[in-house]
Amino acid sequence: MDLSTNYMGIRLKNPIVPSASPLSKSVDSVKRLEDAGASAVVVYSLFEEQITHESNELDHYLSYGTESYAESLSYFPHIEDFNYGPDEYLEHIRKIKKSVDIPIFGSLNGFSSGGWMKYAKLIEEAGANGLELNVYYIPTDIEADSSKVEEIYVRDLIEVKQNLNIPVAMKLSPFFSSLPNIAKRLEIAGADALVLFNRFYQPDFDLNNLEVVPNLELSSNWEMRLPLRWIALLYGKINTSFAATTGIHTHLDVLKMLMAGADVTQLCSELLHNGIKRITEIIRSLEIWMLENEYNSVHQMKGSMSQKSVADPSAFERANYMKALNTYKQM
Amino acid sequence: MIRKKVTIDGNEAAAIIAHKTNEVIAIYPITPSSPMGELSDTWSSLGQKNIWDNVPTVIEMQSEGGAAGAVHGALQSGSLTTTFTASQGLLLMIPNMYKIAGELTSTVFHVTARSLSAQALSIFGDHSDVMATRQTGFAMLCSNSVQEVMDFALISQKATLESRIPFMHFFDGFRTSHEVMKIESIPEEVIKAMIDPEFVKQHRKRALTPDNPFIRGTAQNPDVYFQGRETVNKYYNACPGITQNAMDKLHEFTGRKYSLFDYYGDPEAERVIVMMGSGSETVEETIDYLKNNFNEKTGLIKVRLYRPFSTEHFINKIPKTVKSIAVLDRTKEPGSLGEPLYLDVVTAVYESIERKKLALNQFPKIIGGRYGLSSKEFTPAMVKSIFDELKKNEPKNHFTIGINDDVTYTSLDFDKSFEIKHEAQTNCMFYGLGSDGTVGANKNSIKIIGEETDNFAQGYFVYDSKKSGSTTVSHLRFGKKPIKSIYLIQTADFVACHQFTLLEKFDMLKNIKKGGIFLLNSPYGKDEIFSKLPEKTGRQIKEKELNFYVIDAYSVGKQTGMGSKLNTIMQTCFFAISGIMPQDEAIGHIKNYIKKTYSSKGEEVVAKNFLAVDKAIENLHKVDIEKAILGNIQLPPVVSPKAPEYVRTTLSKIIEGLGDEVSVSQMPVDGTFPSATAQWEKRNIALEVPVWDPDVCIQCGKCAIICPHASIRIKAYDEDLIKTAPPSFKWMRAKGKEFDEKTAYTIQVAVEDCTGCSLCYEICPAKNKKEVKLKALNMAAQASLRKKERENWDYFLSLPEVDRRNAHVSTVKGSQLLQPLFEFSGACSGCGETPYIKLVSQLFGDRAIIANATGCSSIYGGNLPTTPWAVNKENRGPAWSNSLFEDNSEFGLGMRLSIDKHRENAAELLKKLSTELGEKFVIEIINADQSDEAGIYEQRERVRILKEKLLDIKNENSNLLLTIADYLVKKSVWIIGGDGWAYDIGFGGLDHVIASGKNVNILVLDTEVYSNTGGQMSKATGLGAVAKFASSGKSTSKKDLGLMAINYGNVYVAKVAMGANDTQTLRAFLEAESYDGPSLIIAYSHCIAHGINMAKAIDNQKAAVDSAYWILYRFDPRNLEKGLNPLKLDSGAAKIKFKDYAYKENRYKMLKMLMPEHASELMKKAQEAVNEQWKKYEQLAKENGKSSD
Repeated sequence: MDLSTNYMGIRLKNPIVPSASPLSKSVDSVKRLEDAGASAVVVYSLFEEQITHESNELDHYLSYGTESYAESLSYFPHIEDFNYGPDEYLEHIRKIKKSVDIPIFGSLNGFSSGGWMKYAKLIEEAGANGLELNVYYIPTDIEADSSKVEEIYVRDLIEVKQNLNIPVAMKLSPFFSSLPNIAKRLEIAGADALVLFNRFYQPDFDLNNLEVVPNLELSSNWEMRLPLRWIALLYGKINTSFAATTGIHTHLDVLKMLMAGADVTQLCSELLHNGIKRITEIIRSLEIWMLENEYNSVHQMKGSMSQKSVADPSAFERANYMKALNTYKQM
Repeated sequence: MIRKKVTIDGNEAAAIIAHKTNEVIAIYPITPSSPMGELSDTWSSLGQKNIWDNVPTVIEMQSEGGAAGAVHGALQSGSLTTTFTASQGLLLMIPNMYKIAGELTSTVFHVTARSLSAQALSIFGDHSDVMATRQTGFAMLCSNSVQEVMDFALISQKATLESRIPFMHFFDGFRTSHEVMKIESIPEEVIKAMIDPEFVKQHRKRALTPDNPFIRGTAQNPDVYFQGRETVNKYYNACPGITQNAMDKLHEFTGRKYSLFDYYGDPEAERVIVMMGSGSETVEETIDYLKNNFNEKTGLIKVRLYRPFSTEHFINKIPKTVKSIAVLDRTKEPGSLGEPLYLDVVTAVYESIERKKLALNQFPKIIGGRYGLSSKEFTPAMVKSIFDELKKNEPKNHFTIGINDDVTYTSLDFDKSFEIKHEAQTNCMFYGLGSDGTVGANKNSIKIIGEETDNFAQGYFVYDSKKSGSTTVSHLRFGKKPIKSIYLIQTADFVACHQFTLLEKFDMLKNIKKGGIFLLNSPYGKDEIFSKLPEKTGRQIKEKELNFYVIDAYSVGKQTGMGSKLNTIMQTCFFAISGIMPQDEAIGHIKNYIKKTYSSKGEEVVAKNFLAVDKAIENLHKVDIEKAILGNIQLPPVVSPKAPEYVRTTLSKIIEGLGDEVSVSQMPVDGTFPSATAQWEKRNIALEVPVWDPDVCIQCGKCAIICPHASIRIKAYDEDLIKTAPPSFKWMRAKGKEFDEKTAYTIQVAVEDCTGCSLCYEICPAKNKKEVKLKALNMAAQASLRKKERENWDYFLSLPEVDRRNAHVSTVKGSQLLQPLFEFSGACSGCGETPYIKLVSQLFGDRAIIANATGCSSIYGGNLPTTPWAVNKENRGPAWSNSLFEDNSEFGLGMRLSIDKHRENAAELLKKLSTELGEKFVIEIINADQSDEAGIYEQRERVRILKEKLLDIKNENSNLLLTIADYLVKKSVWIIGGDGWAYDIGFGGLDHVIASGKNVNILVLDTEVYSNTGGQMSKATGLGAVAKFASSGKSTSKKDLGLMAINYGNVYVAKVAMGANDTQTLRAFLEAESYDGPSLIIAYSHCIAHGINMAKAIDNQKAAVDSAYWILYRFDPRNLEKGLNPLKLDSGAAKIKFKDYAYKENRYKMLKMLMPEHASELMKKAQEAVNEQWKKYEQLAKENGKSSD
């Protein structure tokens, strides 16, 4: 049984890749992911805010109130060798690379044009085999039209790709007016893979305190339909690798994504909820299913149910919507 | 040998040598010496080695007494050991100094000479402390400048090893310790060459060791002690020669020549000054001026080695021609024949003439004078005045200079306009706020000029006595010749004002020369600036024909991400227009220094500073002063005309920065000042202040209880009073059944006293239903509210205070109707300590007597010009005093003993007068129930009647009783201080006092660090937190002071955190005070030394409690009598992990960024400690059956 897959030019032993999550916060945990069978790991994200704000914040608080009063001209020991979030992150990548054999992908999360992007190169130098670029951008300016928003993604990718030798996967949100168009533009700009989709954490309201609060809920299985559809639609039209993420909990979800056209499937919620051992279980179930259904390799099934490969391509389009409504009426 | 120039201050110069030539450094922080210990600790933590290739061990002790003990022990065990101290700290070392000297032990103590606490504490420089140790047997070597500090530190080290006499190397606190100067550094090879290994070997050989045992430190009897004491004479006799040899050796290496006494001036001088310390430089400068301009023959003998005093060396320096000598002492010894140096000089001269060892043309007149106490300015004008006095036939002896003594007329007059001008010297003054980075920028500028050009450079910085909104004035001198002007700039070539509002506070252009450069940070552009300037400032600019530049630095700060930090922007402007060096070159240097300073803080910080440099140049504009038309803005009076006379005539001078003009007669004779003066110093430092919205308010009182500055007040009053209120005065109907229908309720903000910390906004639980970001208090710009709210505040003050008999003091809401008697202190904006102090003042202020340990609370509680302890309408209020740092518990206990004695005497006298007063009346007074406000009110009434009756009785007993009758009303003794006092230096006393069983209330304001001296570790510091002397994170747990007190069983103990639970805090204070025995309250006090956002500090307090790190509890021994468990836990098991609390604070977080793995280990240990602590307290609260719920 050949579970291997090719993702951004890198051969992986299977299509199960834990996505950027707290599971990669410790070297030990990454080692356990590898031992459980993960073919690669996307390390948790280094955020633009960490790079740009952390040093400013530390500078502010360590110098706050200094040189004001004769008795207390400073409040902290004079220390210079700080490891900021970025330094810590790079060191972490280095340590992971020393402890595991599987490929490691760094993850960089930001949106503005600035100094944070140079960390792509530093992540490469730290030993990462690839980079996932997560452009998390919420357009709130009513003057910014969709083309300006899309331009940010393309610009960021081009900037990051400069002088970079490792492949770059672009993690996208589903909120584009024309996803195929932006996908194509990103391909042209040099994206080696598209990761579909970024799951935005939506804020919640705390009614007791009348406050907007962050609310992290793990994904549910039904959420995989969105990436499933879009991978199926884009497969064959966009010549990049595809990583499917969001809502993948079982081997059946993995199979569906592969058949839609994904090269790898990224898991997070399932592992957080039910433990790292789920990787082993899913791989095993995958093998059994393939055996039972007489599939020899992942390669064989990849894209087999993409839009271009199914009998009814309209199933992924508006017609499919009509069909769903009609089915509902019949119920 | 390469002669490297460095630009450093005196403390650093001393610390460099001390760290290179010692193995053990035991210290305790005290201003102004603290930086020497901190630098040493930093260098050791970075692995920097001494000349023996070994990293010195630096240890912070619990007191200077402890540091001296550790030094003594380390010396006795053969290590080269040193310490750094000053003032009271040096006094605490005296017992060990006698021992160390008595045992002929080589060591150097580096001392930043500072005033002693007498009628008042002062952190500034004079020789009171070092002179108080001149009898200990230590040699005393005095440095006059930063260069000499480095040189003499090394000379002392060499001389002590060779002479076996311990040395105290001292220099003037602040004036030298904090003055930044360009000096020549001593290379390591010279330090090595100066220290003879043979003497180090001998020092080690004298060490205690079981391999060569002996006994040292015996007890001796009348038969031999005396003889034993005389054995050391030959060592003292040899010491001057050895010291001179050390000086000569240094001369060989460096070319800098020193003698035990150095003469400067005309070899045929007729008038000579003898002195030591930094003032000598000013005397030299004046001597040159008088010689060059008036051909006056004057001279100076600089005393270097004061002890052992070598008469032989001294008299050799006296010119034969001398007719009169003035000996200047920077200390005061009341009741003495004269100050110490004067007495020494008189004796030396008399003995030498009498024994014919000194042959002068005539027997000189010798006069003594005092100068420069507490860093009082010592200027050429004063020096000239002294030389002029010496011309007289009968010059004034025991004179003072620099003050106006209009009581005993000791002072010499001096011509304030006399000034020495140096053509080749540029003098610059910078006015800024502490928070805007002005001082930091100037320190960088001095380094740039000092190290990148061939100029000499000097910087001195003047800070004010407030911790919030504090202003700084930087004095920078640059020139081609060495700078000897050791006093503030009198005429400036360049003046910069970094804050527009400071134009209202300082007459900063009075010092600028005609045609000078004036740089102003102004929100107004070059075309409108004149219409916005105070009329006086505009006029000065025109009259002095200044080159006037403006920049809107705040706008540049905003554009470049610098925020309110103006340092880089204003520094760039300074270099751009001052002409010190070509602009491009200067910008290159500024950028290099930015890189050097900020690289460790990340590239983003460097990048925004670079941008600020570029933008500053673009936004700097010259104003055309010829065309400009003067505005009409007049400055307001310094204090209100309604202020009491003393405030108007004296304190206002100090507020205005003219305290030097206050005469002796204007000062109290015994350090006693009127209370309630802070209210007259309207500082207007808040950019934004809270504005009350009655439509949203739920009248919970949380805003008032948390307000650190008592700027938010609440009153409930008769609605009819509203009729006369100003139109914008706000009110609402009082809510709650305790109020009748006609009760109005107002929350009023004192906008001119508020510091804008916004804690009130953050804690306010009420939200506007239409827009949830709005609360019952919302921050708004202060400037536009000032006038209106000033009127409202005055009206609010006129409303009646709550009748304390009816106040519901046990609720936050009710307690906040009580008048705070601690208001508008100079504490940091958002201070975590002052809300507790204010609460004490509200609940018990009218009967409280307070002993306050030295520290933040004694500074914001008692530093001139104005003080926050206030009085109520009946003129009652907290009586406050500060004794020392180490003895506060004992000081408070003494108050209790005295009050109890007065009450006991009063009760006895009452009984003796029972016939005259009526037995029933006497019994009523003696047995009065004073457990609540009503009871206290009634007792006060009884005492009032008693006094009236006593006036009629008129016998010996009644007269006696009249003087102490007020003690029949309950008095509440509060002992207040920080954790440095309670956990460390004052712990022994605190322990003894709580064990005494006496009725005192101890409030520990626990910031977990020495806040006042700048963040040094205390035993209250949490495991894993970074502090000075714990730069790798504290590795041991916080001492559990509460549990120690609980162990006594009869002490009321509470741990509180107002931000987490204000009701529990309130209960604890009420219970503690009502307990007739010792009470200890440990109060979580957030602090800027935690590296937190002070506006959000309530979240930190909550997190501390939620993590079970800070367990809220009350231990009330009275519950034991009721068969209940005395311990009541007021907070639960951990809801969050310790790290979720700790990493909200940079004191913990920085270790994670410094040493991630070590931080993680400490965090694990800290979590375990928190878990253990919770288990322990949970178990204690369950013991003995019933819970006290």
